[in-house]
Amino acid sequence: MMDPKDNVATLLSDVEAGAIVTVTSAGGDVVKEVEAAQSIPFGHKIAVARIERKERVLKYGEVIGEATEPIEEGEHVHVHNVKSLRVRIETKA
Amino acid sequence: MNFLGYKRPDGSVGVRNHVAVISTVACANEVASRIANQVEGAGALTHNMGCGHYVFAPLRPLAGLGKNPNVAAVLVVGLGCEVVSAKILAEEIAESEKPVKSIVIQEVGGTIKATKQGVKVAKSMAQKVSRLKREPFDLSNLTLGIECGGSDTTSGIAANPAVGRVADMVVNAGGTAILAETVELIGAEHVLAKRAVNEKVAKEIVEVIRGMEERMIKSLRLPVDMIAPGNIEGGLSTLEEKSLGDSYKAGSSPIQGMLEYAEIPTKKGLFIMDEPGYDPESVTGIVAAGAQIVAFTTGRGTPLGSPVAPVIKITGNPKTYETMGDNIDINAGTIIEGKETIDEVGKRIYEKILEVASGEKTKAEILGHRELAIYWAWPVPEKT
Repeated sequence: MMDPKDNVATLLSDVEAGAIVTVTSAGGDVVKEVEAAQSIPFGHKIAVARIERKERVLKYGEVIGEATEPIEEGEHVHVHNVKSLRVRIETKA
Repeated sequence: MNFLGYKRPDGSVGVRNHVAVISTVACANEVASRIANQVEGAGALTHNMGCGHYVFAPLRPLAGLGKNPNVAAVLVVGLGCEVVSAKILAEEIAESEKPVKSIVIQEVGGTIKATKQGVKVAKSMAQKVSRLKREPFDLSNLTLGIECGGSDTTSGIAANPAVGRVADMVVNAGGTAILAETVELIGAEHVLAKRAVNEKVAKEIVEVIRGMEERMIKSLRLPVDMIAPGNIEGGLSTLEEKSLGDSYKAGSSPIQGMLEYAEIPTKKGLFIMDEPGYDPESVTGIVAAGAQIVAFTTGRGTPLGSPVAPVIKITGNPKTYETMGDNIDINAGTIIEGKETIDEVGKRIYEKILEVASGEKTKAEILGHRELAIYWAWPVPEKT
């Protein structure tokens, strides 16, 4: 976890569903433990708190996008449930 | 700390001693390549620009590559009908007081004659520059380009913060650092603006980055992923996430200003160059602005080099170092594995930079990577 404000953390190894993931701060202190809801690959993000639909997803203490659906703690956070708020191009129906 | 470099007539210091054979237009590429191929120490700088289509778009980047302190002497090869002629380009490069000559294919009378004449000129240049000796210089003579490509989530956690430490060391030693790629700063502009040297620069950072966003919305028209498939596979979900991670490479020094594409900074310190997120164009832009060395972070791995400046490849992903080790100079993946701290890796990169500045070859150089691409698709800079 890069910043105390963050609601996601980056996995430093592949994890299997049900695995207990130890979340540490950038300084290396243990912050909490979360149970992985599904298998998540190395380098991908895991929710360290419940994130509501349209709630901002925070990493580095900054906004990296918003949730497109409710995300439970321990779930994989990626392009299927978070979208960018920048370079928004609306399609004409 | 010192490095061993080559003193140039304008007072700048090169870390390489190239004879550059630069084509003014793609029509002259083959002749430029043939000349360079026959002369040890010479390298062709070829590209897809020129003619009249983009008017003066190629002038600043090509002149900048010729003026780069790593280039000891220049032979310009023109066709004869292009807007940025061999004469115009040679005169612009000659401002740096280094030896510059030009050959025009239509004037000389075709490929065979132009090649023959060019080889003679380049050979004479290569012989002269080979007599130059390296001397010690301090880091205030160094401009470090900072670039990333093929990012994944390890970039923002490991490789970029480590390179950020190096950028700070170079700037603290009185040198210059240029951060590239405006596209990949979209979403991080508020963080960077806080580090601007003054209000004016803060405003400019936000305007330039938002301006790039506007241009992208207008030119793309259709919703597309603003990050590459490899970025997504590597765990990056959004442009903001990529940008925030990217911005760590700039370290913590005050930002002195924004530069246009290939614009040479007029003072020392940290700068951001306004350019796209396409690596060969970005590297060309920062090298044309005078960077003698580029520190290039990559999560997924890339072989990219430059014909003018050594490119030091750094990955924060231990798996990439294992699989793409042929192309990667520094493994910063030790940060993720808990074996080294960001500061320790930063120190290793810094030491590598001093060695490379003094003559050690990077993997991109050894493998002959000389990619060059010029940014032209979007509005051409007004200044030249």
